[in-house]
Amino acid sequence: MAGLILAESAIFTIFVVAYLFYLGKNITGPTPREVLETPIFYTICLLSSSLTIHLAARFLARGIGFAFLGLWLLTIALGGLFLYGTAEEWHRLIYEHGLTISTNLFGTTYYSLVGLHAFHVTAGLIMLAIVAVFGLAGRVGVK
Amino acid sequence: MSSNVITVSVGQTDAKPWVDELHHWLATVDHKRLGILYIVSALMFLLIGGIEALIIRIQLMHSHNNFVSPEVFNRMFTMHGTTMIFFVAMPILFGFANYLVPLMIGARDMAFPRLNAFSFWLSFLGGLLLYFSFLGGSGLYGAGSAPDVGWWSYAPLGARAFSPGHSSDYWTLALLVSGFGSIGTAINIIATILCLRCPGMKINRMPLLVWMNLVMAGMVLIAITPLSAAQIILLIDRYFGGHFFDTQAGGSAVLWMHFFWIFGHPEVYVLIIPCFAFMSEIIPVFSRKPIFGYPVMVAATVCIAFVSMSVWAHHMFTIGMNSYANSFFTLTTMAVGIPTGIKIFNWIGTMWGGRIQFKTPMLFSIGFLFQFLIAGLTGIMMAASPFDWQLSLSYFVVAHFHYVIVGGILFALFAAFYYWYPKMTGRMLSERLGKWHFWLFLIGFHLTFDVMHIPGLLGMPRRIYTYEPGRGWDTLNFIISIGAFIQALAILVFVANLIFSYFKGVRAGNDPWDAWTLEWSISSPPPAYNFATVPVVASRRPLWDLKHPENPDSRYE
Repeated sequence: MAGLILAESAIFTIFVVAYLFYLGKNITGPTPREVLETPIFYTICLLSSSLTIHLAARFLARGIGFAFLGLWLLTIALGGLFLYGTAEEWHRLIYEHGLTISTNLFGTTYYSLVGLHAFHVTAGLIMLAIVAVFGLAGRVGVK
Repeated sequence: MSSNVITVSVGQTDAKPWVDELHHWLATVDHKRLGILYIVSALMFLLIGGIEALIIRIQLMHSHNNFVSPEVFNRMFTMHGTTMIFFVAMPILFGFANYLVPLMIGARDMAFPRLNAFSFWLSFLGGLLLYFSFLGGSGLYGAGSAPDVGWWSYAPLGARAFSPGHSSDYWTLALLVSGFGSIGTAINIIATILCLRCPGMKINRMPLLVWMNLVMAGMVLIAITPLSAAQIILLIDRYFGGHFFDTQAGGSAVLWMHFFWIFGHPEVYVLIIPCFAFMSEIIPVFSRKPIFGYPVMVAATVCIAFVSMSVWAHHMFTIGMNSYANSFFTLTTMAVGIPTGIKIFNWIGTMWGGRIQFKTPMLFSIGFLFQFLIAGLTGIMMAASPFDWQLSLSYFVVAHFHYVIVGGILFALFAAFYYWYPKMTGRMLSERLGKWHFWLFLIGFHLTFDVMHIPGLLGMPRRIYTYEPGRGWDTLNFIISIGAFIQALAILVFVANLIFSYFKGVRAGNDPWDAWTLEWSISSPPPAYNFATVPVVASRRPLWDLKHPENPDSRYE
């Protein structure tokens, strides 16, 4: 597991390096400063979901199935909310500012990096949902 | 450990119909079978890649040759490089790691057998995808078939405008897919080594082969992933209209070089460290002495792994970096020579005063030591950036890295084949054919790659499909090509030996080399369950302890 995280972080590093390397090298606009806003609420959602899943796992270890399931579903909801936030942001960028992946370097690097992240969130949500289905069917035990 | 056999009931040993047997191989999750699948598929690609090399060499035999067109020549060197690195060297080393690591640490299987099978089939699919480009590469455009952009696919050559059609896409996807396979295998190797060691196998008692594969797997995680990321980025450029490497929109072609070489250089060590591992097992056994300087060997390996992560831009001295970057990468590159030198001294220290047996595996090992040393020396020459400015992109570079890959990696692999073939099949490889193989290959190798340095020094550039007469290159290139054919002949002897010995070889028994690691304590080939009783080890040479109860190693550790 640690190995997988190491490999994933190496992949993300490359994308982040590309993003930072090209910051301020745009030939045409829009630039990040003009269009990006800090998505505070959705960031809180995503970060707090790691807390809820951690607590869920602890309740599961102690055998409190009800609390586990509640927190697990809350995690999924928070992750979903974050995805919605990303989608909303993209919608705004595309329709209000006309920024797409082929507009300029910022568009290319931004959508690649955020897209890779959203892809990981989506994959995580699918896995969480599978566990949730098993949980609702009452088949997730201490093991 | 003599009681390590479970009697199999008669019904199970009946000959199975071949369809059943095939199904067993295709659906297997057994680490030994997957290891052999890796090795066999890699040997297949080795033959294909070798034929491509011969086509290159025939074309360059004399000036103004018309054996193949320039387009075909470009495809040949691209496919040769890509095949040899990604679909020969990597899988064959993973194959040996798969086969040997669990046996050496006394485990039943790898930590994640299904992930193991998945990784193998991903890598194999990657190879098939690459070669499918010969059929499907033209796509709708009718432009090009196999990829012809070089094994590094430098930007902007890899961009859509310069590589229309799908041939480069096959290259990208093949590397992406096999890269994911490599990451899976690396995670598997790490988990196996950290979690499945048998009782008493402390981390400082592991055989050096296991240690070095652990380091290699760690490097794969950090080195292969940038390549995968870069391939995803390239696909975004090619298909979603991205501008990462599009200089007209402010993108940077140099960034691709950085991304490629931050993979590309550690990759060399990903390939060579398992070869160090083979040496560290084979040389002691045939010198009849334990390895000299075990802890230093481990430290040197880890050290190489760390330093090799910060040397990549020595492939880029000629793109015009500033002098600080040039000095930094010159120094780091030269620093790699120190731990590598330590290893060479340790292997010589192991042989020093030993009773050396010149069996075929040992011959190849000695060849490895000698040639790897020279390869390292030309490496140091080119690490000096002013020297590199003169010789970059010349045949000197080609000679240097083939010295590493053929003279180092391939010789070590042949040694490993002769050493572990008895364990894998239960029969010895023929010594007689082995000696023929060794001497033919050695002569062919030196004829080709020693001579190849000279046209490089005379200024012959890489990747040209032909050259003008009267530059003093003709005779040299002719000799190089002759050497290539001698090597090809040696490979044929090797393949003949593999096939002949599989049916007619001398029965090996459990331990034909009187070796000291755990894989030799069980039958050859090992049973599906590996160890009937979980072995317990007390020293670095468990079989020595078993054979010499009056004077075990464990007394001194």
